[in-house]
Amino acid sequence: MPSFIMSYLGSTVTPGEAGNQFWALMYVLIIFAGVSVAVMAMNWLERKALAHFQIRLGPMRVGPHGLLQPIADAIKLMLKEDIIPANADQFVFWVAPLIGLLAAFTVYTVIPFGPSQAVSDMNIGILFMLGVSSLGVLGIVVAGWASNSHYPLIGALRSGAQMVSYEVAMGLAVVSAILMTSLKTGTGTLSMIGIVQSQQQQSVWFIFKFFPLGFIAFGIFAIAMIAETNRAPFDMAEAESELTAGYHTEYSGLRWSLFMLAEYATMIAVSSIAVTLWLGGWMRPFPNLLHAPMWDFIFSLFPGLTFLCLATIAFIGTARMPAHSFFRIQRIGLAVFAALLGFLALLLLVIAVAGRSADASLAARFNEGIGYVYWFVLKVAVFMYLFIWYRATWPRYRFDQLMRIGWKVMLPISLGVLVVTAIVGVLVS
Amino acid sequence: MVPITTFHYLVVAAALFVLGVIGVLTRRNVVIVLMSIELILNAVNLNLVAFSRMWGNLHGQVFSIFVTVDAAAEAAVGLGILIAFFRNKETINVDEIDLLKW
Amino acid sequence: MAPVATPWFFYVLAGLAVASGVAVITRRNAVHSALALIVTLLSVAGLYLMLYAPFVFAVQLFVYAGGIMLLFLFVIMLVNIERSSKERRFNRMWPAGLVAACALMALFISAFVKGRTLFPDRMILLPESSNTQQIAGLLYGEPGRIGQYTFAFEIASLLLLVAILGAVIMTKKKI
Repeated sequence: MPSFIMSYLGSTVTPGEAGNQFWALMYVLIIFAGVSVAVMAMNWLERKALAHFQIRLGPMRVGPHGLLQPIADAIKLMLKEDIIPANADQFVFWVAPLIGLLAAFTVYTVIPFGPSQAVSDMNIGILFMLGVSSLGVLGIVVAGWASNSHYPLIGALRSGAQMVSYEVAMGLAVVSAILMTSLKTGTGTLSMIGIVQSQQQQSVWFIFKFFPLGFIAFGIFAIAMIAETNRAPFDMAEAESELTAGYHTEYSGLRWSLFMLAEYATMIAVSSIAVTLWLGGWMRPFPNLLHAPMWDFIFSLFPGLTFLCLATIAFIGTARMPAHSFFRIQRIGLAVFAALLGFLALLLLVIAVAGRSADASLAARFNEGIGYVYWFVLKVAVFMYLFIWYRATWPRYRFDQLMRIGWKVMLPISLGVLVVTAIVGVLVS
Repeated sequence: MVPITTFHYLVVAAALFVLGVIGVLTRRNVVIVLMSIELILNAVNLNLVAFSRMWGNLHGQVFSIFVTVDAAAEAAVGLGILIAFFRNKETINVDEIDLLKW
Repeated sequence: MAPVATPWFFYVLAGLAVASGVAVITRRNAVHSALALIVTLLSVAGLYLMLYAPFVFAVQLFVYAGGIMLLFLFVIMLVNIERSSKERRFNRMWPAGLVAACALMALFISAFVKGRTLFPDRMILLPESSNTQQIAGLLYGEPGRIGQYTFAFEIASLLLLVAILGAVIMTKKKI
């Protein structure tokens, strides 16, 4: 194998720090593919979960239980006619979804999936993430203007004003979390990997630190991140019954799917920020308290067991399908899917068992890496499910109520939390 | 290739500065004049940061943060004035803002 | 870690900044000018990264590209009348402005040519990992002493407060 590939395997720093462009590119491609798959899975989960919340079934026909529905949607959107409004500004109309997509995907450069599994660990990682996600607002505002029509323009301006208002509260909540990183060592850090490592040193997730201060800061960030991504209950600017779909009214086919891709990617990105700052990033539960090798082994079985549960659910679904000739293909499809999940579960269990000693063998390193990625993705997946749950449960806010909450409720609370956290931090140390 | 020195950054900053000055002096649209002023301030910032790198201390970077803060305040106030004026006269061309002309 | 392909990145970013600067001052449509200015700001932010100033890069992203340009876009959409894209671009005094700018450029060129030997060719490698901590030390102070720029920092925050109040009061319909 060429040396530039082998020299990085087994290193303990990110490719950015090691100066290894090949592995940085590999990480970027893996992240790109992973996020695209996650967005498609999120699309499917949203439709099924919303349907089940509303006591109906959702897509059932395209694949078994609608599993191939996102693929059918993607093909449909690609084949749709590309309509551009008559007097719209051609260049700006074309470039607007790209700005949102660029901003949404650039933040994945600094998201850490493990202590050395990030594309590049910038020293100002969290500032970079907040700054780049504030560029996404520009894409939305410009998209609404370029459509040359009233509803998109009003929707875009409302959306832009809402995102800017909640960015302020979000930034202050982030600052109070960064404050907590400096409590043990005297110097804090802005790098994402450093924030998780300081949570490990202080052996507490920041959401539980100085209870209830960390929890309130996390709550403010959780609410602000829903407003940042224009999701319910803050989706006045893009809901179908309000402004006829707001800023992406005039976009059809592939361009609209780019907007949706940017929105879901932003959702995953801000959930990753919340997980890294408050929920301990890639750490498994109780890494310092339950440190014995037996506990390490039990927690490393979790990825395999999760996939085993999923495979069992798929298998039960296969068994419960009606034994009619119409359902034969779906039954076979679901059985194949269950078999795939079972095979993956078996593979993960084998790796967990083979790598249970803490040496530097290949299986142990794989085991560790899979563990880090698994816990991170599990926490982000919980947030994704919460996004869907909120959409199904809560009515949406009127726009003036939304702005009132952003400026008159969230901003004073986040300022108060910041000041009190600073005072408590100084008093404790 | 020639290694990049401070001089290269100063040339870029000077070019941006001159472009900003041309924009301020020649354009009719008030918003574009304000954007050219932002170009000028960015050129100044680039100059400051380049010199900060040359001398090896951080005073230039701190100064450039202050210049950025100043630019934000000035953009907000300038656009406020523009909107207040636009309500009265319904024009955004500097040629037509001549209420004080005798 | 040694920087990679530095001259290439510099020429690309600098060329992009200057080309977008030209687009800012020559486009007829104000929104196109605003988008070109966003590209300029992002390229200048990239140049800050090359100058080992990550915190200034973050401030530029946040304040300029994410805040001021959004403000500009909002105001353009508020005051943009359709007829403004069909009018003359340059005002009546444009020859005088161009001559003044050429004089300024001549001044810059003469300063650079005469002072070419004054700029040393060394580039001190600033420690990048503690950049934010050192800037914080200058702005806020070390434990036990006030920083060198703390007073200016407080005045700057007062300036922002005055700007907020001014912008709000000026755009109210009835004071």
